[in-house]
Amino acid sequence: MRDEIKHKRDPRRKEVAICTGTGCLGLGARKVVSAFEREIERRGLQKEISIKETGCPGFCEKGTLVVVYPQGIYYMGVQPDDVPEIVEETILKDGLVARLLYTDPATGQKAIREDDIPFYNHQMRFLIKNNIKINPKNINDYIALGGYAALIRALSQMTPLGVIEVIKKSGLRGRGGGGFPTGKKWESTARAPGQPKYVIVNCDEGDPGAFMDRALMEGNPHSVLEGLMIGAYAVGAHTGYIYVRMEYPLAVENAKFALHQARELGLLGENILGSGFDFDVSVHRGAGAFVSGESTALMNALEGKVGEPRPKYVHTSECGVWNRPSLLNNVETWANIPLIINRGAEWFSSIGTEKSKGTKIFSLVGKVNNTGLVEVPMGMSLADIIYKIGGGIPGGKKLKGVQTGGPSGGIIPARHLQTPVDFDELKSLGSMMGSGSIIVIDEDTCAVDLARYFVDFLCDESCGKCLPCREGLLRMREILDGIVSGKGQEGDLQILKEIADLMRKTSLCALGRTAVNPVLSTMAHFPDEYAAHIIEKRCPSLACKSLVSYYIEPKVCIGCNLCQKNCPEGAIEEEEGSNCVIDQSQCTRCGICFDVCPPKTRAIKKVSPRLSPSFSSSFSFSSSSLTRLGKAKRGDKA
Amino acid sequence: MIDADREKLDNIIKKYDGTEGFLIQLLLDLQSELHWISKETIRELSLRLKIPASQIFRVASFYKAMNLSPVGRHKVCVCMGTACQVRGAQRLLDTTESKLGIKSGQTTPDNSFTLNRVNCLGCCAIGPVIVVDDDYHGRVDSKKVEKLLGRLASDS
Repeated sequence: MRDEIKHKRDPRRKEVAICTGTGCLGLGARKVVSAFEREIERRGLQKEISIKETGCPGFCEKGTLVVVYPQGIYYMGVQPDDVPEIVEETILKDGLVARLLYTDPATGQKAIREDDIPFYNHQMRFLIKNNIKINPKNINDYIALGGYAALIRALSQMTPLGVIEVIKKSGLRGRGGGGFPTGKKWESTARAPGQPKYVIVNCDEGDPGAFMDRALMEGNPHSVLEGLMIGAYAVGAHTGYIYVRMEYPLAVENAKFALHQARELGLLGENILGSGFDFDVSVHRGAGAFVSGESTALMNALEGKVGEPRPKYVHTSECGVWNRPSLLNNVETWANIPLIINRGAEWFSSIGTEKSKGTKIFSLVGKVNNTGLVEVPMGMSLADIIYKIGGGIPGGKKLKGVQTGGPSGGIIPARHLQTPVDFDELKSLGSMMGSGSIIVIDEDTCAVDLARYFVDFLCDESCGKCLPCREGLLRMREILDGIVSGKGQEGDLQILKEIADLMRKTSLCALGRTAVNPVLSTMAHFPDEYAAHIIEKRCPSLACKSLVSYYIEPKVCIGCNLCQKNCPEGAIEEEEGSNCVIDQSQCTRCGICFDVCPPKTRAIKKVSPRLSPSFSSSFSFSSSSLTRLGKAKRGDKA
Repeated sequence: MIDADREKLDNIIKKYDGTEGFLIQLLLDLQSELHWISKETIRELSLRLKIPASQIFRVASFYKAMNLSPVGRHKVCVCMGTACQVRGAQRLLDTTESKLGIKSGQTTPDNSFTLNRVNCLGCCAIGPVIVVDDDYHGRVDSKKVEKLLGRLASDS
């Protein structure tokens, strides 16, 4: 059948692949698609050129991404207005539209194909490589690229135990955060007594900053499904669930569509491919609860109940959904399975570090030039990911650190950038890999405020079932709120440590046990910032609203009055014959004036600690006198 | 409950007839059809499905996807995920709140807008992100928000 599909496809046929992942859609991909459709129709080229709406290839920063085949010319940042030119120059004349190609910011050199672009050519892409070649709503695209070969091999040439052996030998560990050996998990479900058994895809990707599961589920749902089917065969399950969070409507849609197409081809249902193996899957939507990503909570949600975690005295592999043996893996883990079956355990375990094998998709986001999804072998250093692939920090700012592992992880300071990224190395730094978010933080982000942000996030998301997590987080938020608003006291850090210790030891599920990581890791790596907030009432990053003030530097101000016009509080007044002045007693520190002040002028200055309400910048002073002023103020209080 | 709503309810109940663990899926469908889940709806469901109203309320109040009060014509959602956060999502939320004159979680008195914050939409690479009536907008700043909201206000 694969040959049949391939045979029907003319390799010379021109094709325009347009990324319609949620990222590019947010940057206007839908309009680009319609523009191509209009242009192709206008020129009557429907027979010669086809349009393919694909999933996300990763380089979201430069969306909308358009790739013209057969040449594989990679255009970035495409807008609807660019479309006629692409059709004219590239499709009809085989030329290039130079301004839409990737330009190396350092050398100014243009890159034409995917492999020429530094963002891609430092990666090792197996899981997301095919996203740009596949229309997720067309199963034939997946089959033409070798899809479902692993399933056929497993069903026809391997025993269930044989499959489990291969997965065990490959050294694959769960990609959802825990890093538990996948083969071991499969083995224990396979051995667990009782029928029916269930297999589950966890696509409740709640970690803020991580979106690789979304990209896989939206862009290549059949690769996940194929892995799931192999898993079901290995452990003896006949029913599967794909649990997708409701914030990912496109992933729900594409998963459902994939199931429908697989059923039509006899890849799901009874007696699959004549092997005698029966299996079917349904899609369940999450309803918006971060904690549902925890495996036992997810199983409660599947049963239609409130998504609270259960105690894990009995493993879900033996007693999971409907109290039956259940095998739950993350999307990315499932997507690895067909690769391992096709290429063998030795191939897989040759990639990566001693204890972490294979590749991992990271979402590289935050203050970095090239944001997007990157797939690299385990063990690559953070520095290589951020500088070689990510292209460094924008705006000439200084890198402060990297946040990994979402709200369960921690912040790794810039001095540890050479750390190889794998499960165990990150843990030893007080963070964790989690589902793979790498959020780059520059000097403008305050470490204390970031810790407060995560605690606030988790207060919102804690299910409230166990006391240490529910009350501990509230108390931590109270203290951190105090610190960032200038009301911190000297004993605060000690209390935070005590609460953290208790939560770590006594919370019911991993959410509570790891919730303390952002706080503890920032306290360990950025003690000076905590001290500045608590003792000096100063935010070194100028990020904590309650600890900063704005003023207008009279010598620099050009008197354009933009700040005055935009101030929502009317706190900026024009003094007769001179420049504008901010009335400190009325200013709410919203920062709008700072934003609208022309970049060439930058007359509005931000300082910390706060200026006194009676401060007026109409007299001129140097920055050193300002520091003295701040100190004198603190002295007065003491 | 008006007849049109009751008909929708009937259809949804029929759809899940006999499936295990359907309650959340059913409530999600109701939410998207009726836009919110009223006390009346819960009472009706309880009678029809023979599930205690307290159990339905517990599920509906636990999950964020279900609204237990009416929502405005336009739904505005600001992403507060970490990647958006470090790129200025808090400022964006502040601006949106002050433009609409409501806090997040509230609806404007004229029922035009409901503002919510969400803890990550998974579009982290194009943050900060705002979703207006299911359309995603990336790299949003105060000016873009003003434009988006202005366009909607003049529509309704």
